[in-house]
Amino acid sequence: MQFPGRRKKLIGSSQNDLYDHCLQFYGQPPLENISLTEFETFAVERLKLLKTVENLGVSCVKNSEQYTKKLDAEISRISEYEKRRKDHISHFILRLAYCQTEDLRRWFIQQEMDLFRYRFNDLHSKHKTDFLHKNNLKYETVSAEEKKSLQDKLIASSYGLSGTKVEEHDVYKVPFQDALDLVRTRKVYLLAGNAYIPHHEIVTIVLNDFRTRLSKALAMTARSLPAVQSDERLQPLLSHLSHAYVGQDYSIQKNIGKISLEQIDALSGKSFPLCMRHLHKALRENHHLRHGGRMQYGLFLKGIGLSLEQALQFWRSEFVKGKVDADKFDKAYAYSVRHMFGKEGKRTDYTPYSCMKVILSNPPSQGDYHGCPFRHSDPELLKQKLQNYKVSPSGTNQILELVKGMHYQLACQKYFELTHNVEDAGFSLNHPNQYFTESQKLLSGGRDIKKEVDMSQRSQENPASVTRPSQANSKQIFLDEIQELSDPS
Amino acid sequence: MPTSDYDPACLPDLLPLYYRRLFPFSQYYRWLSYGGVSKNYFQNREFSFTLKDDIYVRYQSFTTQNELEKEMQKMVPYKIDIGAVYSHRPSQHNAVKSGTFQALEKELVFDIDMTDYDDVRRCCSAADICSKCWTLMTIAIRILDRALREDFGFHHLLWVYSGRRGVHCWVCDDAARKLSVAARSAVAEYLSLIKGGEETVRKVVLSDPIHPFINHSLSVVERYFCQYAIVEQDILGSKESVDKVLALLPEDIKKDLTVYYQEEKNPMKRWDRLCTLVEHKKSSIKKGGQYFDKEIMLQYCYPRLDVNVSKGVNHLLKSPFSIHPKTGRISVPIDLKELNTFDPFEVPTISLICEELERPRADEAEDDDVKDKENEQEAGERRRIRDLQKDF
Repeated sequence: MQFPGRRKKLIGSSQNDLYDHCLQFYGQPPLENISLTEFETFAVERLKLLKTVENLGVSCVKNSEQYTKKLDAEISRISEYEKRRKDHISHFILRLAYCQTEDLRRWFIQQEMDLFRYRFNDLHSKHKTDFLHKNNLKYETVSAEEKKSLQDKLIASSYGLSGTKVEEHDVYKVPFQDALDLVRTRKVYLLAGNAYIPHHEIVTIVLNDFRTRLSKALAMTARSLPAVQSDERLQPLLSHLSHAYVGQDYSIQKNIGKISLEQIDALSGKSFPLCMRHLHKALRENHHLRHGGRMQYGLFLKGIGLSLEQALQFWRSEFVKGKVDADKFDKAYAYSVRHMFGKEGKRTDYTPYSCMKVILSNPPSQGDYHGCPFRHSDPELLKQKLQNYKVSPSGTNQILELVKGMHYQLACQKYFELTHNVEDAGFSLNHPNQYFTESQKLLSGGRDIKKEVDMSQRSQENPASVTRPSQANSKQIFLDEIQELSDPS
Repeated sequence: MPTSDYDPACLPDLLPLYYRRLFPFSQYYRWLSYGGVSKNYFQNREFSFTLKDDIYVRYQSFTTQNELEKEMQKMVPYKIDIGAVYSHRPSQHNAVKSGTFQALEKELVFDIDMTDYDDVRRCCSAADICSKCWTLMTIAIRILDRALREDFGFHHLLWVYSGRRGVHCWVCDDAARKLSVAARSAVAEYLSLIKGGEETVRKVVLSDPIHPFINHSLSVVERYFCQYAIVEQDILGSKESVDKVLALLPEDIKKDLTVYYQEEKNPMKRWDRLCTLVEHKKSSIKKGGQYFDKEIMLQYCYPRLDVNVSKGVNHLLKSPFSIHPKTGRISVPIDLKELNTFDPFEVPTISLICEELERPRADEAEDDDVKDKENEQEAGERRRIRDLQKDF
């Protein structure tokens, strides 16, 4: 795998071939020379785009009209060739930054896939076929007789399929492993291990292909990374890029030991986000939490400053009141707590879950109390709970409206505002520990201090304002831009 | 049939006997070697043991069947779990360069646990089971077995009684063992219809068009529903359970039924009325289908599986033929041909089977009888494994 920066110049005539389609699989890395500024700008722009894709994916149903319109609006108008060139180069730059850990890779692949899907769906049917041919994607088609015999089942399994469509258009037969997104959501007919895909759904297969290729490529990139990181011009940039998307991840524990166990009950009512308050209550009532709940709540407690010893004491005292005796706790559950703090197994120091993670992964099932109440609770039950917590009826309605629009983090922010009696939370919620920190700040300092904090934050983000020297070099501006990416308001 | 009472305190005495005389090591080894097609497949398999006093040891691996036997007889594990086939021998994982020790393959597994049905069964809760709620397992096995074979094209399925409150399924096809994490989770989600935890009242929502998989599953549920739910679980009997059912229905139907139920106490008639009302509502609304009755049936009967168990390539699951320390029951394979007569309370416990072994040879006939019983049980077990191995 070779990287930009030390290439021979691109031969003029083949430029046309290189970008003859607006969409590509990113099979070949770019071979030209670019300036350091272009390197930085391209990377940041693509990262902004991917962050937009991510945010839209949470607040709108993917591929709905609303989603497509909004994404259209984000993609700027420059020459088609320039667009494609930028697309090509920026993708490969971000690979360098996002290949290093499992989490980064997963995030990058997810957003690139969503972006690809949006762009593929946007293509005219003829261009879709062009793309398939150009990339040597041959999928097996189902015979006319088989189509006829399965017609009813096909119509009952696939969205937007009618008798005529089945007759007139191709239906593809692929092993189910190549159509996982359709299998997962049960939007396809399965028989004997094969998925029967109508023509208009071919994007899902292509996406699967895209994901597999990108996943392999990232693994390869990770192996070649040391060579790139030795270039000191690129090292700080790549490192900042990969931290940008998570912003603060609360992995570095501050304030260890500043919270005492006796305070937790009171804190849960005052400063915990609803999800953690809910988990804490369930733990107190049942003297038990299942794995999903222990992880989400346990890591949160780590993030607010509980030490390992405190955590062990906390969980043990609660579980012992239930069906678990002290001995059993030490043997079975203590391991799990130490694991959370990075003291067992492969010693990963797990980071507390962000809102995105809580909302999107591991939905709760029977007997679980984890997840995001705004996302995972029945609106009726959520309403009751809010009423129990003395949230005003009008406030509850506002929250329910936001939930209906799938703006779960905004709903939680509103909950913050109502329970803290402020008009504006003053921050953009994306992490339960952020909720806690902001709440504590507010309660200990009052509104005035909050305003001051806001102002100093704003001046940090704006290099052109008073506190910075006026000849802020471009590198500084660039790095500040990245800072901003982690705190979208 | 004589039942020996099982006492967990006897495990230290019974287990050594079980591992010496009864555990089917050669069939077990043959199964996990899969015909020796892949090099070191057995050698790179992780086992985990829970020893006396809850000591848990992972990354156990063995080079031969003999070594497996010797180690198990020496360590006398209370619990045995099977994990993945790794890139290197698990027992040497510390010697391997960090990052290169990876789980490569494992059977696709499913774990159905009766506790997950607590919100819809009235006879028992938590770890308890009885003959009434066992029907839920029968339904689960029928639905999942059909789907895994017909929809996904798998052939080699081993269904096992977990020993206490549920069943496991081991899908052993080559293709299944090679599935990625994403594929496993996709299969598990395809098979999931019950969505939501404590905070969700209506856990099944159906809309048009109904996928063929759901239709197949419904026809299984419908075969059992009346006898299981209306008669045995009596879900339309007491006010408390009637309320739970009504909570799943729209207001107008709920109102009608509340009035009707004041007069009509017969649960079957109550259910019929519910279905009639739902039909009426369906035909009076043009757009979209209303399937409240089907949703209720599914919510009360459809299998609940733990996606997390099926997702992970390295997830460890209780081994067939291991003993459940709390009940003493052997984790036996379930013969689907005899599924309707399978009784978890007739599954031999380690006390029973050891007692049968030890019984003094009073006379030949009795002795043969005992041997027959042993052989029967083992033959049953062997038969299942042999079925699995036919193509390996």
